[in-house]
Amino acid sequence: MADRRLSVSLRQPSPIPLDLEFTCDPGDVLAIFGPSGSGKTTILRSIAGLYRPGHAVVMSGPDTWSNTATGAFAPPHQRAVGVVFQEYALFPHLSARGNVMTALGHRPRGDRRARADELLALVHLADHHDRRPRELSGGERQRVALARALAREPAVLLMDEPFAAVDRAVRRRLQDEIDSLRRTLDIPLVLVTHDFEDVVRLATHLLLLDRGTAVASGPLANLMSRPDLTWLREAVGLGSVFDARVVRRDSERGLLELAFAGGALLASERAIRVGTVVRVRIPAREVILAAREPSGLSLHNALAGTVSALSSDPAFDHVVVQLTVGGVSLLAEVTRDAIARLDIAVGRPLYALVKSVSIDVISSETT
Amino acid sequence: MDWTALSVSLWLGAGTIAILLPFGIWLGRLLAVRQFRGKLVVEALVTVPLVLPPTVLGFYLLVTFGARSPLGQAFHAIVGQSLPFSFTGLLVASAIANLPFVVQPIQRGFEAIPSDIRDAAACCGLSPWQRFARIELPLAWPGVLTAAILAFAHTLGEFGVVLMVGGNLPGETRTLSIAIYDRMQAFDDRSAGVMAATLLVIAVVTLMLTTTLSRRAGFARG
Repeated sequence: MADRRLSVSLRQPSPIPLDLEFTCDPGDVLAIFGPSGSGKTTILRSIAGLYRPGHAVVMSGPDTWSNTATGAFAPPHQRAVGVVFQEYALFPHLSARGNVMTALGHRPRGDRRARADELLALVHLADHHDRRPRELSGGERQRVALARALAREPAVLLMDEPFAAVDRAVRRRLQDEIDSLRRTLDIPLVLVTHDFEDVVRLATHLLLLDRGTAVASGPLANLMSRPDLTWLREAVGLGSVFDARVVRRDSERGLLELAFAGGALLASERAIRVGTVVRVRIPAREVILAAREPSGLSLHNALAGTVSALSSDPAFDHVVVQLTVGGVSLLAEVTRDAIARLDIAVGRPLYALVKSVSIDVISSETT
Repeated sequence: MDWTALSVSLWLGAGTIAILLPFGIWLGRLLAVRQFRGKLVVEALVTVPLVLPPTVLGFYLLVTFGARSPLGQAFHAIVGQSLPFSFTGLLVASAIANLPFVVQPIQRGFEAIPSDIRDAAACCGLSPWQRFARIELPLAWPGVLTAAILAFAHTLGEFGVVLMVGGNLPGETRTLSIAIYDRMQAFDDRSAGVMAATLLVIAVVTLMLTTTLSRRAGFARG
C-alpha cells in the first residue's frame, strides 16, 4: 500500500497560513473539511504543483513532487495528478471528447479517441461526445471534468468542492458514482469540501482545517466520535459513523437488518442488496441511554455497551457520553440531569436506545 | 485612381500585421499573465503612440533613424538602405504606431482566460508550449483577430506618420491616404473621390469580415 501512498507536509506563515501534514493511501478518500477561506483549495493546488508554499514536501509513493528542503520541484504537467476543479475548468473551445483527449497525451495518437470515448462511457456520458461545455448541464460538466481527470491515469485524484455547482438531486447521484468509482481506482483521493454531507457519503478519512492548520485528522469513524471537537459539532452535529453490512431485508416489517462490529441494528427499509457494506450514521441527539434493557417500547435497537468517555461543553449545557459497543463508539448527547440520575461515569455498563428511523444508512448501491 | 498607391497601402497593412502579430502575441500574453517590475512602464510605452500626435511620433522616428543618428547609420550599414523615405522605414514606423492597437486587444484576450483553465491545462499534462498552442491561443483568438483588423485598418488610414517618415515617393512611400491628399492639393477631386471611396469600401468589407470571422470562431464561453 505504502508504495503509492500520497504524503503531504505543508508549512508557511503567510500569505496563506498553512500548517499541516497528512498521508492518504490508495483506495482511501481523505476529505479536507473546513469553512471557506481556511486554505483548503491551497492545499490541493500545492499537491498539484500549482502553488508553492514556503515549506512543502509532497511525495507520491517513491516520487518526490515537491521538497523545498532539497529544492526538488516537479511542475504540474510532470505530476501524475488528476484534478477536478471547483467550476470544472473545462476547455470551452473543445468538445467533451476533446477535453478528455487533451489529457491523453501519454497515449499513442491513434488510441486517444477510443480511450476518451471509453472514459466518457465510464461517467455515463456516452452520447455527449461532441457537445461543447456550454451545451452540457452542471452535472454533465462535472462528469466530463472527472473523465478528464482520470484520463491521465493519475497516481492521485484531487477534487475541489466537486458538488458545489450542482443541485441536490444530481449531487446525490454523482456522490454515489464517485463512491463506486473510487473502489475500483485504487489511488489516493483527496477531496476538499465545506459540505459535511460529502464527507459522510464519501470519505474514509477526515482532516479538519481551520485557518490553514490541521485541527484534527484521522479515520472518519474515530474523528466523528471525538466529543472534544466542538467546532465540528457546531458545523454538523455530533454523531457516530461506522460501517455495517446488510444482512436481511424484511419488506413485511419494513426493516433493514444490519450487522456491525457491536452486534445487530435495525434500520428502516431501503432498497439495498443483502451483503452490501453501508455506512451508518447515528446522530448523538437521537441516542437515549438506559440503565436496564427496556421492554414495552416501540424501539428496535437496544445496544449494550460501556461508557468510555464523558465530555461536557459549558456552551451547550449538554454532556456527550461515549459508549463503546463491541469496539464501535456510539455517542449520546444528554443533559447534566441525566448524568446525575443514571449515575453515569466511565466504566458503567449502559444500554444505548436508537429508533430504527434515526439510523442514517448511506449506500452507493441504492436503486 | 492610383493603383500603385493602393498596392503600397495594402502591402504596408499586411507587412505591419506580419511583423506585429507575433510580437504582439508574445508581449500581450506576457502582460496578461505575468507580474513583473516595470510592467507599468512597459504598458505606458506601448500605449504612448495612441495619445501622441502622429507628427510627434514621426519626428522622433526621424531623429532616431535619420541618416545622422547612430541607429540610422547602423541600419544603413547592415541593410544598405536608409530608413527615412523608404518602404522599410515606413514599415518600421507603422509597426511602432500600431503597437497599442495590436498589444491591447491581445492582452485583453489572454486576460479573459480564467486562471483555472490555464491550471487545468497544466494538470492535463500539457507542457507550457502545448498549453499555449492548444488552449490559450485558441481562446485568445478573438483578441488576436481584433488586433489584426485594427492594425490593418489603422495602417490604411495612417497619414501623419507616413508623411513625416516616408514622404510622398510613388511606388515606395506614397500610400492611398497620401495620394488622396496629393490629388486634392492638385484640385483633382475626381481621383481623390475614387480613392476615398475605395478606402471606404475596403474599411467596410474588412469590418464585415471581422464580424463574420469572430462569429464563426464562436468561442462564446460558458
